Amino acid sequence: MRQPKIIVVGGGLAGLMATIRVAEAGIPVDLLSIVPVKRSHSVCAQGGINAAKNQKGEGDTVDKHFDDTIYGGDFLANQPLVKRMCEAAPGIIDLLDRMGVMFNRTPEGLLDYRRFGGTLYHRTAFAGATTGQQLLYALDEQVRRHEAEGKVKKFEGATFLSAVIDGGGVCRGICAMDLRTMEIKTFAADAVIFATGGNGAIFGRSTNSVVCTGSAQAALFQQGVDYANGEFIQVHPTAIPGEDKLRLMSESARGEGGRVWVPRNPAEKRAPRSIPEAERFYFLEEWYPKYGNLVPRDIATRAIHRIVYQEKLGIDGRSAVYLDVTHIPRETLDRKLEGILEIYEKFLGVDPRVEPMKVFPAMHYTMGGIWVNGEDQASNVPGIYAAGECEYQYHGANRLGANSLVSCIFGGGIAGPAAVKYAKNLENSAESTPAAVFDGERKRQEEKNHKLINQDGSENPITIWRELGQVMTEHVTVTRINKDLEMTDGKIRALQERYKKINLSDRTKWSNQTLNFGRELENMIVLARVITLGALARNESRGAHYKPDFPERDDANWLKTTRAKWVNNDIQLTYEPVDISLIKPRPRRYDAAK
Amino acid sequence: MAETKQVIVKVKRQAGPKEAARWEEFSLKWRPSMNVIICLRDIAENPVTHDGKKTTPITYDSNCLEEICGSCAMLINGKARMACSALVDQLEQPIRIEPMSKFPLVRDLAVDRQFMFESLKRVKAWIPIDGTYNLGEGPRVSPEVQEKGYPLSNCITCGNCLEVCPQVNEHNQFVGAAIISQVRLFNMHPTGAMNKSERIAAIIGPGGIQECANAQNCVHACPKGIPLTESIAEVNRDAWKQALLSWLVG
Repeated sequence: MRQPKIIVVGGGLAGLMATIRVAEAGIPVDLLSIVPVKRSHSVCAQGGINAAKNQKGEGDTVDKHFDDTIYGGDFLANQPLVKRMCEAAPGIIDLLDRMGVMFNRTPEGLLDYRRFGGTLYHRTAFAGATTGQQLLYALDEQVRRHEAEGKVKKFEGATFLSAVIDGGGVCRGICAMDLRTMEIKTFAADAVIFATGGNGAIFGRSTNSVVCTGSAQAALFQQGVDYANGEFIQVHPTAIPGEDKLRLMSESARGEGGRVWVPRNPAEKRAPRSIPEAERFYFLEEWYPKYGNLVPRDIATRAIHRIVYQEKLGIDGRSAVYLDVTHIPRETLDRKLEGILEIYEKFLGVDPRVEPMKVFPAMHYTMGGIWVNGEDQASNVPGIYAAGECEYQYHGANRLGANSLVSCIFGGGIAGPAAVKYAKNLENSAESTPAAVFDGERKRQEEKNHKLINQDGSENPITIWRELGQVMTEHVTVTRINKDLEMTDGKIRALQERYKKINLSDRTKWSNQTLNFGRELENMIVLARVITLGALARNESRGAHYKPDFPERDDANWLKTTRAKWVNNDIQLTYEPVDISLIKPRPRRYDAAK
Repeated sequence: MAETKQVIVKVKRQAGPKEAARWEEFSLKWRPSMNVIICLRDIAENPVTHDGKKTTPITYDSNCLEEICGSCAMLINGKARMACSALVDQLEQPIRIEPMSKFPLVRDLAVDRQFMFESLKRVKAWIPIDGTYNLGEGPRVSPEVQEKGYPLSNCITCGNCLEVCPQVNEHNQFVGAAIISQVRLFNMHPTGAMNKSERIAAIIGPGGIQECANAQNCVHACPKGIPLTESIAEVNRDAWKQALLSWLVG
């Protein structure tokens, strides 16, 4: 029998899980990644991974996890697959445990669980405050084992440029560039799984890693792969502002008892520790007595913006609030949160065990992404699958903390076998695709490179990128106003024009990172427009999407998924109903128990 | 008029593995909380040297920018460290930036650390699970073992411990402290321990643990504070035990 061939693009949690599943099915798999997979962005996830194991005897159940997730996402997620994810979550934790993840333990030797945002239960398993790193390493190790056995072939240091799609609209492989030789090659495959992460770089500075540009998703979008709910971007409430990146301070700091506050007196001059309790404003605890500091991220972020911009209570008049863990015993901090406290200490030179941290919201997570069906992670283009942050399926209008790791592993775990099944049932394999289909795509990409590298323009790609990030962060994150969104779209289109005149200042053909960045930038600009136009159209407030001019959720008109399509070289927004067959939408409020 | 503070940065450039190396000097505008990554980005935005000569942006590896992905290791003022956590205000100027010297050079500051990932294969740094299907919970692990294992599992494969090790040189293939520490990690886990002897066997032999000459530079260079010398001592004991046992048994 013919042996099918699968490619996985992206080596974070979702990509690695998909790879393992394909290898387990005995099918050869090529794994393509920009960075060595062990350096993927999943490594940055801190707080933990959710599963309703009810290990603290609180009566937690899969149904409660499911309800918290749907409610937290403001009813925008299609429900059946989310339910399946919550059902699978305890088994995923068991699997990771068997892989040797050094989860924190109870004295009995069982996994310990902490609380996280948007739930009242201890549902989050964790490995210090570097859970993502620990999970990524566990999967990386399993993939390395399959690699050693010859089942997986890695192409690290290669970037995806485009899919190879035949005349019948079926994906037959990919076109990729080696980041050292800058050589462009095509790879035939019967199915391709994309696990290419989020798009923080579109916002300039974010909590995301450098590689999180959304470039692969944008390239696919321009080849006819639909993109859903682009306007839903999560801004995390607590990050350390920085010039190069906004470094995340995990929700687990609050899960372990950390408190967010500002001085009640805007002219306060005393050091934070000498400000008496009564003169501190614990605004999350006051405004949301039931959930307190553990309200979902969109709520906490808007509250901080309100404190800083409307109430003018930011620390020293600046855009910052205190995240305070100084009351927690040092031993607990070191055992459960050391990873993040070290980041704060290293980058700011202040010990957060002694001095409250100064934090501010930052772009963090991409809820929207490649449109996939509600069954098996398949996109609308036959042969293209997507899993992890690059797709839109699990988090609706706002993701709950510690649900991303579980959705990556669950989605990757579905995509692998689904791609295998599809590939096995294909009538005509990629092998029988005419060489001209591959050659044509390769030539198209080579011409792009040739033009970019040789043009003698006046624009610097980093300058264009910085400007894109500024306008996106200012107008398309926490608060969205239609006239500003219109202006932003105009600005993005102007950047698109200026992009045509970029000068790479590097014409060499060896390890030319500027060439790669130039390619990514073109795609980022397209995706920025998808996000902005989606936000402009959606005249309501839902989850992370907030419009002061339309402050309420509007189920009558907007309980629907945005599905952007690429039509005649432009973005077209279409809509489709949300599957709400399991939980009836109800108002979402966190000031009382739901 | 406020004085604009300058940052002077000298970067060792090399267009490719076979090209000649040269130094370039840049003068950058100081900004608060500036790190070496920001310096490199500023140069990319305006690739002009201190004396006004046009040049190319600098090739370097980076990703997370919070010292957890292990990408941006380089020599900064002669010290092997991560560029993202190298804060300009804490560095003597001119800041000298060079690629790591113990790994094959790719271009400028980018080097090839594939050797480390290959070494992880050699020592079977994994738990050989039967499959990803549901087989219930893993073994219980005492908090004591977890608290020992977790720091070892923080290794970001940056290569700093190899860079500073005198035994890592052109005359041998020493795998280095990071890899030995991973052997200890997997051998400590209740399931991993079932394949302990296999891993110990793999860490003996050419490039193995016996190459360590106890310089102890590794433990000081580790950005994650991993007790690497402890790991080497423990794996060394196990290696001797295993060697002795196999000699006795014949």
